[in-house]
Amino acid sequence: MSPGTRTKLVVLGALGLALVLVPFLLPSAFHLRVAALVWINATAALGLALLMGLAGQVSLGHAGFFGIGAYATALGPKHLGLDPLLSMLLGVAAAAGLALLVGRPILRLKGHYLAVATLGLGILVHLVLVSEVAITGGPDGVQVPRLVLFGWRVAGPEVWYAITGIVLLLAAWIALNLEDSSTGRALRALHDSEIAASVAGVDVARHKLVVFVIAAVYAATAGGLLALFNRFVTPDVAGFLRSIELVTMVVIGGMGSILGAVVGAALLTVLPQALTLFHDYEHAVLGLLIILFMVFLRQGIVPGLAGLLVRRRPA
Amino acid sequence: MSLLEARGISIAFGGLRALDQVGFAVDRGRVLAIIGPNGAGKTTLFNVVTGLYRAQAGEVRLDGREVTGLPPHALAARGLARTFQNLQIFFRMSALENVMVGRHLKERRRLWAELLGLPSVLRENRESREKARELLVFVGLEARAEEPASALPYGALKRLEIARALACEPSVLMLDEPAAGCNPVETEEIDRLILAIARRGVAVVLVEHDMKLVMRISDRVLVLDQGRVLAEGTPAEVRSDPRVVEAYLGRHGLEAARAA
Amino acid sequence: MAELVQLLFAGLTTGAVYALVALGFTLIFQASEVVNFAQGEFVMLGGMVTVFAYQAGLPLPLAALLAVLVAVATGVLLHRLAIEPAKGATVVTLIIVTIGASILIRGLAQLVFDKQFHALPAFSGDAPLRLLGAAILPQSLWVLGGAAAIVFGLWLFMERTLLGKAVRATAANRLAAELVGIDTRLVLALAFAVSAAIGAVGGILVTPITLTSYAVGTLLALKGFAAAMLGGIGNPVGAVAGGLLLGLLEAFAAGWISSTYKDGVAFLVILLVLFALPHGLLGRRAVERV
Repeated sequence: MSPGTRTKLVVLGALGLALVLVPFLLPSAFHLRVAALVWINATAALGLALLMGLAGQVSLGHAGFFGIGAYATALGPKHLGLDPLLSMLLGVAAAAGLALLVGRPILRLKGHYLAVATLGLGILVHLVLVSEVAITGGPDGVQVPRLVLFGWRVAGPEVWYAITGIVLLLAAWIALNLEDSSTGRALRALHDSEIAASVAGVDVARHKLVVFVIAAVYAATAGGLLALFNRFVTPDVAGFLRSIELVTMVVIGGMGSILGAVVGAALLTVLPQALTLFHDYEHAVLGLLIILFMVFLRQGIVPGLAGLLVRRRPA
Repeated sequence: MSLLEARGISIAFGGLRALDQVGFAVDRGRVLAIIGPNGAGKTTLFNVVTGLYRAQAGEVRLDGREVTGLPPHALAARGLARTFQNLQIFFRMSALENVMVGRHLKERRRLWAELLGLPSVLRENRESREKARELLVFVGLEARAEEPASALPYGALKRLEIARALACEPSVLMLDEPAAGCNPVETEEIDRLILAIARRGVAVVLVEHDMKLVMRISDRVLVLDQGRVLAEGTPAEVRSDPRVVEAYLGRHGLEAARAA
Repeated sequence: MAELVQLLFAGLTTGAVYALVALGFTLIFQASEVVNFAQGEFVMLGGMVTVFAYQAGLPLPLAALLAVLVAVATGVLLHRLAIEPAKGATVVTLIIVTIGASILIRGLAQLVFDKQFHALPAFSGDAPLRLLGAAILPQSLWVLGGAAAIVFGLWLFMERTLLGKAVRATAANRLAAELVGIDTRLVLALAFAVSAAIGAVGGILVTPITLTSYAVGTLLALKGFAAAMLGGIGNPVGAVAGGLLLGLLEAFAAGWISSTYKDGVAFLVILLVLFALPHGLLGRRAVERV
């Protein structure tokens, strides 16, 4: 068995196990709803993990794509009378289109210039969602109709838990396939040295664009799911803080680790839910935790723990 | 007509003429060495020919076709590979994976198949891995194939870069100081490696400071000094060219050489 | 004409604040290569501490001084407790650390102060000055004058004092600076302190015009970052120019096109500029050496 196939089995096995076990350990509707949120956020974080961890390109505006997916799902039925699922797919296509359009000039940039450009992109999307009140409903947000599949009204925390879980599993499977492919190797290569990659024949600009579009598709898919699941979206889903949350999920979990993105998403989704008990302290504690994680577990949770295990193992 | 030809290459960086009307040609199975003191423009010439810098004048022809100003990946697709003076290794990847990246152009890379992990992709991965392993055997690194590149010593990384460059089955291989920083044993290995590569029909261009290595393995030598061609010829011709001796040893050295 | 002058002054006033934030960014970036997203929180602290100290009965100048000191202490603590322990981390990690710090400072401010908007009295009255038919707030002149004084003072400090030269040496080459005996840790702490002070003064000066609240820092930091990048990061002249330019563009866009998208101008401009000039307006294009 090739090392790539082995990783695939381990990660998908671990994820599948978690998906099956959570409903037994935490069977309440509230817990299932939080878990579904975790799977949704993890899907978005996975895409960003491919962009940041695999290819080494940062995006501080990724919530913009998330927002496009979410709002398309809400606005398609409202203004055009489209089916919510079709609207979501159109939203994903729109996010991919935007990524394709702006990806080449943006990804030419490096380091902090790339950071500020992606940040600007995200903020502009957010601003449009807030400002075009007649279309988007502005800061108050907009309702999303219930998803109906062939006459079946999709409802209930168990159902949404299953749907979001399956989407995450698919997303992880695709991400793992990408990692273990020629394109995946090219992306890891350009992360380390763009010059050496291009001399080895890798079309660096094209590959960066490919992974940027894939990451946008992941985010928009997650955004659409969130809209269908919550049945309501506000511009916050596309905001700067949301972008930062996504990046933090990837980094806290461990950049370049598929499982890490899921762990990071779980942490940053569950934590605020737990902190609502201390409502006033929520921001202060969140900020503090982010700093502590970044300072003391710089590699991220999953690679950090893996490192510990390897060191403990007798030689 | 030579396999790789550069003619009249000129480039300046903010007023400083780094290369002035430099040219060279190399044929299949031949080794051309480019030598010269530090700052002579050797690496700059490499960077122009391999598409990293854009020359202000001059042209590069590969296999009879003009390729001036093409980006590096397009040149690689036409059979031009190179290594770097300051190592450009993919440190997050294993030695084997480094070489697999070199197979990039030989892989089909259909994105949809890759995303779905189709059997054709897995088969291709296996083929690339086997080819890469063969190349690691060729450069003598097979024992360290699975180690992360960051764990390899300097001399091994030099050979790893050569293996990666060979992975795309190039017709021209450009080596920028392949023996720099290597001990005599390692240098000898690289020496053997280069001759073996040339025997396979690859045109080899190398920049090197180790004169013994240059004189042993080169068919022709191009001497650069301050961005200009100082001399060009067989190793024996170049060695006895007074201008070369002067550039390398200075006037005193020249007089000393004459006196001796 | 009157409208032009009006917009010009409005733009220069906000631009001056962006310029100060961008200057703070640049100072810290030069010394440590860290982009400090908590920079906007210094502006917030400047305004908020002054407001609350003033309301508590302190005279305005003393309240302002206290606010600067609080900001400086925050800056030094930020360096000591978050940036220094994260030394050697990647760009992304450091960005997240400073964003975490920004969230933390904002969260604390919300606890210590409140969630309301607050104003300060204008330093020299509210009676507008007439200039070519436009009405100029006297406070605008305070902002512009204050910003100019800070820029000049910083220039003097960097060019004329030993400490300033140490900062520049550290920025140019940290290892070399350490080798000649410069305490680069102290220099970095100093950069954070000065940056914080600059931000706080900006916040104090502008609060009578724009009001302040615990949450004003984020958008200011983002726009200041855009301004710094517009000028080409690490270039103090570029930072000031970028800040003023953004302020002017915002004012004219709001006045002549649409005020709805005023906050988007900075980001639209930075995207367009970077598409054309990947290293900013005044940034140098580095030749990659291999």
